[in-house]
Amino acid sequence: MSRFRAFVLKEFYHIFRDRRTAAILFGMPVLQLLLFGYAIRNEINEVKLGICDLSHDTVTRKLTTKLLSTGTFIAIDNLHNPEEINQTFASGLVDEVIVFEPAFASRLQRVGVGHVQVITDGSDPNVSRIITGYTLSVIQDYLREYLKEKSGDTPHAGVISVTVMMFNPALKSVYLFVPGLMALILMLVSALMTSISITREKENGTMEVLLVFSLKPAQIIIGKVVPYVLLAFINLITILALAFFVFGVPCRGSVVLLLLESLLFIGTALSLGIFISTITASQQAAMMISLAGLLLPTILLSGFIFPVASMPLPLQVISNIIPAKWYLIIVRAIMLKGASFSYVWKETMVLVVMTAILVTASIIKFSERLQ
Amino acid sequence: MTSKTAVRVTGLTKHFGSVEALREINLAIHEGELFGFIGADGAGKTTLFRILCALLLPDKGNAEVLGFDTVTAFREIRKRIGYMPGRFSLYQDLSVEENLRFFATVFGTTIKANYELIKDIYSQLEPFRNRMAGKLSGGMKQKLALSCALVHRPELLLLDEPTTGVDAVSRREFWQMLGKLQKKGITILVSTPYMDEAALCDRIAFLQNGATLGIDTPKGIVSLFTRPLYAVRSLQKHILINTLRQYEHAASVYAFGSCVHYTDKRPSLDQGELQAYLTSCGLNGVQIEHIEPSIEDTFIALLEEKGGLKNA
Repeated sequence: MSRFRAFVLKEFYHIFRDRRTAAILFGMPVLQLLLFGYAIRNEINEVKLGICDLSHDTVTRKLTTKLLSTGTFIAIDNLHNPEEINQTFASGLVDEVIVFEPAFASRLQRVGVGHVQVITDGSDPNVSRIITGYTLSVIQDYLREYLKEKSGDTPHAGVISVTVMMFNPALKSVYLFVPGLMALILMLVSALMTSISITREKENGTMEVLLVFSLKPAQIIIGKVVPYVLLAFINLITILALAFFVFGVPCRGSVVLLLLESLLFIGTALSLGIFISTITASQQAAMMISLAGLLLPTILLSGFIFPVASMPLPLQVISNIIPAKWYLIIVRAIMLKGASFSYVWKETMVLVVMTAILVTASIIKFSERLQ
Repeated sequence: MTSKTAVRVTGLTKHFGSVEALREINLAIHEGELFGFIGADGAGKTTLFRILCALLLPDKGNAEVLGFDTVTAFREIRKRIGYMPGRFSLYQDLSVEENLRFFATVFGTTIKANYELIKDIYSQLEPFRNRMAGKLSGGMKQKLALSCALVHRPELLLLDEPTTGVDAVSRREFWQMLGKLQKKGITILVSTPYMDEAALCDRIAFLQNGATLGIDTPKGIVSLFTRPLYAVRSLQKHILINTLRQYEHAASVYAFGSCVHYTDKRPSLDQGELQAYLTSCGLNGVQIEHIEPSIEDTFIALLEEKGGLKNA
């Protein structure tokens, strides 16, 4: 037991003596969460709007005022000629231009149809899609009221859609990022740090000494793993606390279940890290494999940012072997939907099996000799 | 000397891919012996040590350490040996004391329990015990590594090039410590590329290209050198070597420190004749002296015998 304690203590010395590592380990979760929470948002704010009103009637003016009063748009420019539109976009002055056709109000009254052109900057497709949708819904809203006022009742039988966003009514992107960040940071701390710390011993020749000192591989590995389980758990708590207190992300399901599932995921990531260290000999290689082989897939293929369902089939298949994908499903279900274990047991099993396979593979690969 | 065998190696062969690192090595090292492996880089010293520590598996042959087979009973061996790998392999970001304490604890003992054994060595490090191991000088690092390898009171100590990259004074101190440890009954295997250290061992083995060239006491090794050996000096050393090589009776000629070592094909050499030859070739200040061969001379001669020496 005292051997084990000495080993863990030594590992903590390594972590805390290297100030940069310690800073990254504890600073990273906070920094990333703040970054994702504040800077990187999918919500649309302060859309720079140009109006090209070729009609100048009461309806178009009212519509313009209505758009601007939502707070989402800022009026930047009034264009008098559609030919100016290209140049305005090119100069980056506006994100969106709305063109009202000449005699908009009178056509609306006579024929019941008025044409509005919505032009956005397609170089950022996501933003442009969201702006367009938002603009159209504001215009639709206004026109419904306008026509109702005019004719006293709903004039045209139309389909009116009422949308409800379940679990995240305000569509806050923090709700999306927090589970993803949890996966990312736990993966980074557990897999990357463990694989680097084990390969460092190999590189420095201390592994040679440890082995000759009659330490069993299991002892070495458990000694290595325990500190990182602790660190990862501290990070997890930090993220959850920040998400809850700063960004108001709730945990609708059982916190205990969430922590247990996270511990399982930490286990998966650690066994991945150990496995990587058994197949590499240098810190450099371990780092490259961890970064390229774990971080990028965790960000890109897990559904953290891009939905798995919209990926091409081969990538969807690959995404199944990314532990973070399953963890994300679990975390989103528990945190946002308040799901209980009976809803996530399949994903949990996937993680359990993955961990078992990795641990077995590592035990087979980890040799008590140098070759 | 007790003749119980501490290490027995028979027909040991090890390949790395197509490279033959060790070739049919046979050895028997007695208990309490200070045994040296002498050889250049790549001679196979480290591979042999790693096999003895059971860190590598031999391809052929077997090795027994302290009566245990290195393949089947490696755990027993590892409990009883202290190993110091060639490069500095302690934790650079732990202090001197933390390193020692770590290795002691990991081995289920304490610094205190075995302090008497490491006292001589560790007392020199104690003023720096809070210094990070990475910031120690080369000699200090070696002392710390030796302390760590000794802290669990091993029966056998394997030191792989402990003095490489260490200054002359520290090297001498280090060998004095080995002498003291030997007196305490510890069998010591040490490898070194330095010939002058070979004379300090009880017995030595020359290793070259994975094979042993000779195993004997330093005296015994030197007695393998049978030809009379001469040290020849001249003001023009480079020309001297070439001129000697062209001498019809020359057996071997090689630079050795500030002079050139020369052996003759004939059983006895007329020094006057050689002197006359060299002077006639235009060399100034020629001095010829009959000398006793050193261990290095023997090593070079053995190499040449096996046809392994490229003309240096």
